[in-house]
Amino acid sequence: MTAFSPRSSRPPQLTPDVVRVLGDDGSVDDQHDPRLSVDDMLSVYRHMVQTRLLDERLIVLQRQGRIGFHVGSLGEEASIIGSAFAVRREDWIFPCYREFGAALMRGLPLQKLVDNCFGNANDTVKGRQMPHHYSCRSIGWASISSPVGTQITQAVGFSWAAKLSRDDRVSLVYFGDGATSSIDFHSGMNFAGVFRVPCVFLCRNNGWAISTPAEKQTASRSFAEKGHSYGVPGIRVDGNDVLAVISVTRRAVARAAAGLGPTLIEAVTYRMGGHSTSDDPNRYRGAQDMEPWRQVDPIGRFKDFLVAQGHWDKEREAELIADIEVRFRDAVAQAESVPLPPLESMFDDVYEKLPWHLVEQRAQLLAGPRSPSSH
Amino acid sequence: MPQMNMVQAVGDALRLAMRKDPKVILLGEDIGRVGGVFRVTAGLIEEFGEDRVVDAPLSENGIIGAALGMALYGLLPVPEIQFADFVYPAYDQIVNELSKYRYRSGGDHSAKMVIRMPVGGGIRGGHYHSQHPESAFIQLPGLKVVCPSTPYDAKGLLLSAIEDPDPVIFFEPKRVYRAAKGEVPDGYYTVPLESARIVREGRDVTIVSYGAMLYECLDAAQRASEEDIHCEVIDLRTLWPVDIHMIVESVKKTGRFIVVHEAPKTGGFAGELISLICEKAFYSLEAAPVRVTGFDTPFPYTLEAEYLPLSHRIVPAIREVAGA
Repeated sequence: MTAFSPRSSRPPQLTPDVVRVLGDDGSVDDQHDPRLSVDDMLSVYRHMVQTRLLDERLIVLQRQGRIGFHVGSLGEEASIIGSAFAVRREDWIFPCYREFGAALMRGLPLQKLVDNCFGNANDTVKGRQMPHHYSCRSIGWASISSPVGTQITQAVGFSWAAKLSRDDRVSLVYFGDGATSSIDFHSGMNFAGVFRVPCVFLCRNNGWAISTPAEKQTASRSFAEKGHSYGVPGIRVDGNDVLAVISVTRRAVARAAAGLGPTLIEAVTYRMGGHSTSDDPNRYRGAQDMEPWRQVDPIGRFKDFLVAQGHWDKEREAELIADIEVRFRDAVAQAESVPLPPLESMFDDVYEKLPWHLVEQRAQLLAGPRSPSSH
Repeated sequence: MPQMNMVQAVGDALRLAMRKDPKVILLGEDIGRVGGVFRVTAGLIEEFGEDRVVDAPLSENGIIGAALGMALYGLLPVPEIQFADFVYPAYDQIVNELSKYRYRSGGDHSAKMVIRMPVGGGIRGGHYHSQHPESAFIQLPGLKVVCPSTPYDAKGLLLSAIEDPDPVIFFEPKRVYRAAKGEVPDGYYTVPLESARIVREGRDVTIVSYGAMLYECLDAAQRASEEDIHCEVIDLRTLWPVDIHMIVESVKKTGRFIVVHEAPKTGGFAGELISLICEKAFYSLEAAPVRVTGFDTPFPYTLEAEYLPLSHRIVPAIREVAGA
């Protein structure tokens, strides 16, 4: 596993208004410290490490041609794991597409994630979508789509419905800096402001929307300040400081659940990898751009803190990595042994019951020749 | 039995659905305090309150996106788009989200709503209050598309659409919102989806239409009958999935086929229906099928009576296919 070792300088994007708990010198800000139990801190750390390790392994599988695609979260583990840790079990998450680590933490079985990457017959979405477009209603996880921002209005509708039903559930919606330019960001923020909807907007400002830098998305001083024009409080948090992310998200969730309305959180972080395995970031940014962010690596920072507190050591790290490696290897072996979804399943779930035209088309498919590139 | 126009019949259906199922919630622009620009929802906010009849900010995208989230929560939204011409900011939510939600999640989720929108021309509304965009929805797998032509069907079909497990686009032909009157039972009843209706029987020519143009077809059929050409007029009611069986049986009887709709000709639903007839009843055809439709222009304001496929354009088409 690549862990970037933390040093003392911080990237210029992490301005003084950004909420932090873990100081550069290893100190802890008492005001914002979420005061997690040791077990919780170790659980959060394990999930961050698992997220990065799986990212690296899934990229390799894609490069080997064994899976078609990967979209990862390298460098963004604190903003994803920390925020998802802060919502309650009964709350719903409306993901973007980089949050598999959070889905695993909430209970998506690793096998299901890997089955989804292979699009096999055991894939929860029956091989109908690209990898990382899985679904898991049982963990309060909405379906994932590729168009940017569409989940924002949906998340608002979900928690608005909860509010109308006198239910204190909230929704947490993930999106990136690029999505703040979308129609759904505007509509979602506006509706949430007008109707005081219990929705937590989590904008991961990772610096890039594929090749477009954050400064080309907006002339605002920050993404958080956009909230003010909608009557929605905005707050900036160090997205590479997992304790700060937990603290800020918890407050936003508590505020929403108490009927006080939505919050826009801007988690300032950095996309250390490409947009996806289809992207080559060397075409639009240099290695030096990443250097300041290597020094505030979210996993390295949290690990140093845990080691300094006496909660973690090399042996436990080695055990953790070995355990993840074994579970992942087994899941891949299992996924590769499972056939593709059955042909006729292509027609299921379009409508609840198959209408006449799909009955006809299914019969045509089954009676016709098979594609040489599929079976 | 009370007489109602279509505005009253749709409003009655909404009221009954909301009384029956507390999960039904309405969202739209100006639907609450003013009761909708066509007054379809008049009186509903007084009975059900502003939590169930929501005057939304002016964002079709926000209305449909939020309605989808409400559906995921377990409510049953019936959003209104003020005019079908204004639906396009919501089109991404309909195309990429609503229509695919069950499929793309492998059946893990389903998102059900009925989107109501007034459609069509003939109200001197220019091209932003007159379009009839059914093709843009019929081609989306996962949606059902309904367009009633009578108050009785409007009420029964809307109640069916609300009960149906799939998302439904419900087009209301505003040219006949008040002009179409008829007997409508007081209580709750449904008219099944995916079921067309033979409005006039005839042996010579099959005419298929829906919405406001149905009345033009009936008028043309009456005039043709005076020339001893007897038309069978079918009101589709549900556009998709279409009741293909009824159309095929009729064409097998008449051998001649006309489709009439307001939307532009090219890429319109008429082309699809004629293709289906060619696939399923080609050897019954005795003449080339004919489309009588809007032209491939934007909808014109001043010349709308020339643009619409009114009966004066349908009668010559009947003569043409009948070889008269």
